[in-house]
Amino acid sequence: MDVAIVKYNAGNIYSVNYALKRLGVEAVITANPELLRKADKVIFPGVGEAFSTMQHLREHKLDILIKDLKQPVLGICLGMQLMCRYSEERNAACMGIFDTDVKLFIPRQHTDKVPHMGWNTLTNVNSKLFPQELEAQFVYFVHSYYVPVNEFTAATTDYIQPFSAALHKDNFYATQFHPEKSGSVGEKILTNFLIFKRP
Amino acid sequence: MLAKRIVPCLDIKDGKTVKGVNFVNFRDAGDPVELGAQYSEAGADELVYLDITASHEGRKTFTELVKKVAAHINIPFTVGGGINELKDVDRLLSAGADKVSINSAALRNPQLIEDITKNFGTQVCVVAIDANYENGEWLCYLNGGRIPTERKLFEWAAEAENLGAGEILFTSMTHDGVKEGYANEALARLADERHIPIIASGGAGKKEHFRDTFTLGKADAALAASVFHFGEIGISELKTYLRKEGINVRI
Repeated sequence: MDVAIVKYNAGNIYSVNYALKRLGVEAVITANPELLRKADKVIFPGVGEAFSTMQHLREHKLDILIKDLKQPVLGICLGMQLMCRYSEERNAACMGIFDTDVKLFIPRQHTDKVPHMGWNTLTNVNSKLFPQELEAQFVYFVHSYYVPVNEFTAATTDYIQPFSAALHKDNFYATQFHPEKSGSVGEKILTNFLIFKRP
Repeated sequence: MLAKRIVPCLDIKDGKTVKGVNFVNFRDAGDPVELGAQYSEAGADELVYLDITASHEGRKTFTELVKKVAAHINIPFTVGGGINELKDVDRLLSAGADKVSINSAALRNPQLIEDITKNFGTQVCVVAIDANYENGEWLCYLNGGRIPTERKLFEWAAEAENLGAGEILFTSMTHDGVKEGYANEALARLADERHIPIIASGGAGKKEHFRDTFTLGKADAALAASVFHFGEIGISELKTYLRKEGINVRI
């Protein structure tokens, strides 16, 4: 199995690689278009800021490349947000794989802290990315911007209001949380993604 | 609903785990990677590794340890100790840490907080504050509780938040090692005044203390070391207890 992790100017790429290694998978971390196009699976991780990251991706033509991929693709955290249409984070125009916007969390009461940081539950899981047993399980989040519930929502989580914990459309999957930091639940999700086949 | 976090802290000296009682006299408590993996299995929500070695050699050992932790452990972890400048932060995050905790360096140079958050994001910057209650005031200390300053806890916490700190880790030196509970009054005031998560530290001795710091102290996370290292409280039994007490924890 050939797994590629998209290499770009975002943090946390190595955490995903470590998580794959724990599952016995040796991934290639690359920005090489050839390697990305021919990989069986592509993981697009990310921690960082939307606007400057999109600029970097455009300069390296990675935005078009990712959008055109045909094999299973998994976006994580900022990766998921960049796969949407637009982010309120410095008004960043994003890739538009998921036709939905990314919004800033607005606290409703003093105890609503932003960023949403820590372990929260998955609800309404409805994608083959998640075995049904993962309903109500805890996963690890760190983010200040969120994707509202929309037609591509594959799981929801409640913080300030229900939002998209995951998205799914065709061969594109994405999680707002960090499966690579979500203990055994995260490992189940990654393992599940790794068995998907190129259509 | 967002869960309250249980955070074991591992003090590391020359690559090994130690725990001080009132910040001095250390006792040995095992291999850091193995211990971290055990905590993670038992249900710890995050881990904190604090490098208490000051030497250059010790720092290299610690960075190697951070790489091992990142490779083996599947929950988030924070590292601290000896972080004085941006390149220390870069080195530790590159080694695989999720967050860094800064203490004395931030007190000496508050600008460091802003530099870290601008370069790496708010979420990676935990500002750790050691404070002692004396003459009716909470005074901040430098160098692992050895050097008193004029800074007051609540003012410094406010400044840290304004500079971009992602979380405040408040250790009460008055309560640390005494095992009679956390500094819940001060913690509750921090939680009321600040808009970022507060991690309670110092004073855990029994399960009730964790419950109280989440309810009375309004803490988002509770950190402890010796009660976990020496097996006085098991993390999974602690979480079962907290659930029963109506506190939302990850099980």
